[in-house]
Amino acid sequence: MTGRTTLKCAYAGIAAIALTLAVGWWQVDGPGASEQTERQPFALTEMEFSLSDHEGDEVGPETLIGRPTMVFFGFTYCPDVCPTTLSDISGWLDDLGEDAEGMNVVFITVDPERDTVEAIAEYVGYFHPSIRGWTGTQEEIARAAQGFRARYERVPTDGGDYTMNHTASVFLFDIEGRFTTMIDYHEPREFAVPKIRRTLD
Amino acid sequence: MKTIFYGLMAALMFTSSAATPTFAGSESVVVEDAWSRASVGVNRPGAAYMTIRNTGDETVTLTGLRTDLAMMPDIHQTSTNAEGVSSMAPAGEIEIAPGEAVSLEPGGLHAMLMHLQRPMTEGENFSVILDFSDGGEIAVEVPILGIAARGPEG
Repeated sequence: MTGRTTLKCAYAGIAAIALTLAVGWWQVDGPGASEQTERQPFALTEMEFSLSDHEGDEVGPETLIGRPTMVFFGFTYCPDVCPTTLSDISGWLDDLGEDAEGMNVVFITVDPERDTVEAIAEYVGYFHPSIRGWTGTQEEIARAAQGFRARYERVPTDGGDYTMNHTASVFLFDIEGRFTTMIDYHEPREFAVPKIRRTLD
Repeated sequence: MKTIFYGLMAALMFTSSAATPTFAGSESVVVEDAWSRASVGVNRPGAAYMTIRNTGDETVTLTGLRTDLAMMPDIHQTSTNAEGVSSMAPAGEIEIAPGEAVSLEPGGLHAMLMHLQRPMTEGENFSVILDFSDGGEIAVEVPILGIAARGPEG
């Protein structure tokens, strides 16, 4: 191998590495990033929306600062995912006992059309007493979802009804409103409870 | 008079179903751990869960279900994609291989009970009939647990 060929090989190698890095950047951080890799909620302090809790009081992200927070999206006409998430959360809170006292636990509806203050109040009443239900106008729900980077979509069903596809993860924030981690839908209790504990510390 | 009529109807239905020839496929299906959650009123759809086990030596196909509790019962599948978004869609026919079981459980398959005819009240039961492609049917009694129940044990 001559010196010149070696040099060519080296250049080719460097070019290949540079290309790989560029492609990696494009896919992970650059404009080519897929939606899911950039989908972390903002800090609560960076969000802006105004909703009503199930007692009719005006609430927003600022209501949650000062305590650790758990937020999830759903709707009360949901037969499977939402009651499962609500009962999972009720179980986690029972496990944590006194440690979780003072934690904000908020269920934000993605279906304000059917989930009025009264409807959501009745529904959350069946689960752990710490769970608060938040609802509001379509616009404010959309702003809240943007802040949490949650998604939802109305899907018509047979017979003129509709259901909602929605992000089913549970978002955790520390006492200062910084996003800490999320719990996936139906994540086993042995993973979920330690995640909440870390957020409480 | 009406009661006698219904009684007679029930007796006739019982006789006719007993007289139906039996099938090897769905005859070997066993249903375990059926449960459901209480509903809030009748406007929201309900869901029922159970394990359907094929103890026979040929594949059986669950084609649908019936119940007087809901006008539109159907087996639905919940799925959650990589972005954490959950959605629900009719599951269609469900094949169960010999010796296998299909679990209807939270976050997966469930019997979706649309257009409830009466509220699902904790402590009560309701009947569901599972239909199979070989013409066989299996009646299941489903207990209604609390709205926050997490499994057949409550």
